[in-house]
Amino acid sequence: MTPPRDGGSAAAAGAGDRVERFSGRRIGAMLLRYLYLLRGSWPRILELAYWPTVQMILWGFITQFFLTHSAWVAQAAGVLIAAVLLWDVLFRSQLSVSLSFMEEMWSRNLGYLFATPLKPAEMVAALLTLSFLRTLVGVGPAALLAIPLYHYSVFELGLPLIAFFANLMVLGWAIGLIVSAIVLRFGLGAESLAWLLVFALAPVSGIYYPIDVLPHWLQPVAWALPSAYVFEGMRAVMFDGLFRLDLLAGAAALNLVYLAIGTAVFLYAFHTARVRGLLLQMGE
Amino acid sequence: MSLVLAPAIPHIEAVREAVIRVEGLTKRYDRVVAVDAVDFEVTAGTTTALLGANGAGKTTILAMLLGLLVPTAGTISVLGQDMLRHRHRVLARMNFSSPYVDLPRRLTVAENLKIYALLYGLRNVRARILEITADLGIADLLERPTRTLSAGQRTRVALAKALLNEPELLLLDEPTASLDPDSADWVRGYLARYQRRTGATLFLASHNMTEVEHMCTDAMIMRAGKIVDRGAPRDLIARHGRRTLEEVFLDITRRGQGAAPGRAAAAQ
Repeated sequence: MTPPRDGGSAAAAGAGDRVERFSGRRIGAMLLRYLYLLRGSWPRILELAYWPTVQMILWGFITQFFLTHSAWVAQAAGVLIAAVLLWDVLFRSQLSVSLSFMEEMWSRNLGYLFATPLKPAEMVAALLTLSFLRTLVGVGPAALLAIPLYHYSVFELGLPLIAFFANLMVLGWAIGLIVSAIVLRFGLGAESLAWLLVFALAPVSGIYYPIDVLPHWLQPVAWALPSAYVFEGMRAVMFDGLFRLDLLAGAAALNLVYLAIGTAVFLYAFHTARVRGLLLQMGE
Repeated sequence: MSLVLAPAIPHIEAVREAVIRVEGLTKRYDRVVAVDAVDFEVTAGTTTALLGANGAGKTTILAMLLGLLVPTAGTISVLGQDMLRHRHRVLARMNFSSPYVDLPRRLTVAENLKIYALLYGLRNVRARILEITADLGIADLLERPTRTLSAGQRTRVALAKALLNEPELLLLDEPTASLDPDSADWVRGYLARYQRRTGATLFLASHNMTEVEHMCTDAMIMRAGKIVDRGAPRDLIARHGRRTLEEVFLDITRRGQGAAPGRAAAAQ
């Protein structure tokens, strides 16, 4: 064998230990792949911000109506807009993870990707990083637009907003990884789960109403979800001016569990795909 | 028992080591046995073909060599590493091309190659992309979205992806599928020059018998998950008393399971 050339097999020759490590460079490569995809399609960029903005406008008008018809909403004018924006953080972060992974399946690219030194955990890291960026791009414009339109700024929540945002995003990641695992295992016939599954959480997350509105038997289900703690925490800030650390701790603890489960399920599905020969078969 | 296939260059036979070593390799899907206790070795610098009818197990073996598929039983060593335990140590020294796997079609050729160059850990990414695309005559396609390319152009781009890291072991599934005869001949010539320059080992699955006769130092013929005969193409032709490898292939693949001549060959 001739000596490896710079830029060629040199990168790998004798580099066993280096290749074994978790690589930021490979995560960056995957991130670049998804950013190229976004950059190359303005409808995709527009779509990121479209639905959050439409939702915000809709709930803004509903808020204006309720301000004169509901004493509850009148106590905290922005509560519905804040709720819809935070719900979109959860939905968009989940959707981003699922869609980015399905892009690889739609493009029949998994066989090439995993014939490189890329590790599944590195792909997960890239998916989560991209999800963070896409959620900012998606929800950010809607949050900014609410200021001139309805004289409400979600940023008035202050530091607690970061805690709410982070917790909802992590829950979205966990659900996104589970959806990706299901699609990897059962094929693209299950892809609609990316748009459906998260909405099963909506009624029990207390987005627009307190958890104690739910029937008693359903309330333990709600308190098993980090999202319920976040939306209760949001209302505590907006109605009482209190940042409830107990709610934040509950959300964070549950999120650790959910993210660990989501990651484990995805990695298990990936292993199963290698056992069943699915990585070379996936496609539209 | 396993056979070491003869290397292409006799005078360095003694120093060549096995780049691929497979023992008892088996893949079962429920009751279907896709690959059935296969043993073989491939030595450095050779070009070896896996031949067989559709469903014979060729792509399954390629997938297991790449770590994309976990065997039911057996061992795989590639470039001295156990692929079942340490595939990430060796994947950067290999590469792969197949007409059945795509590069993302919405990305340009340059974008796709850049991503794979980074995944393979290359340093001078831009220079390497310019070099390999110039070599393969596709430099003018760099800014084109991959979806706009013809099948032949896509094959060349996939080959550029497969050669980005100058792999020591190159696995090719149907390397000239979708190419016109002239382009196919050019690709075969390019691969031969690449191998002469780098000493790389080529391992390919193919249905194109003429291609195998011209390119390969060794061939393994599969039927129903087993390797039923193997040897240099000209030796196979002579042994079976035929004029072409295609005739040998048809003989073997149409023969009953019990009369496999490869069993005699493998026992030698």
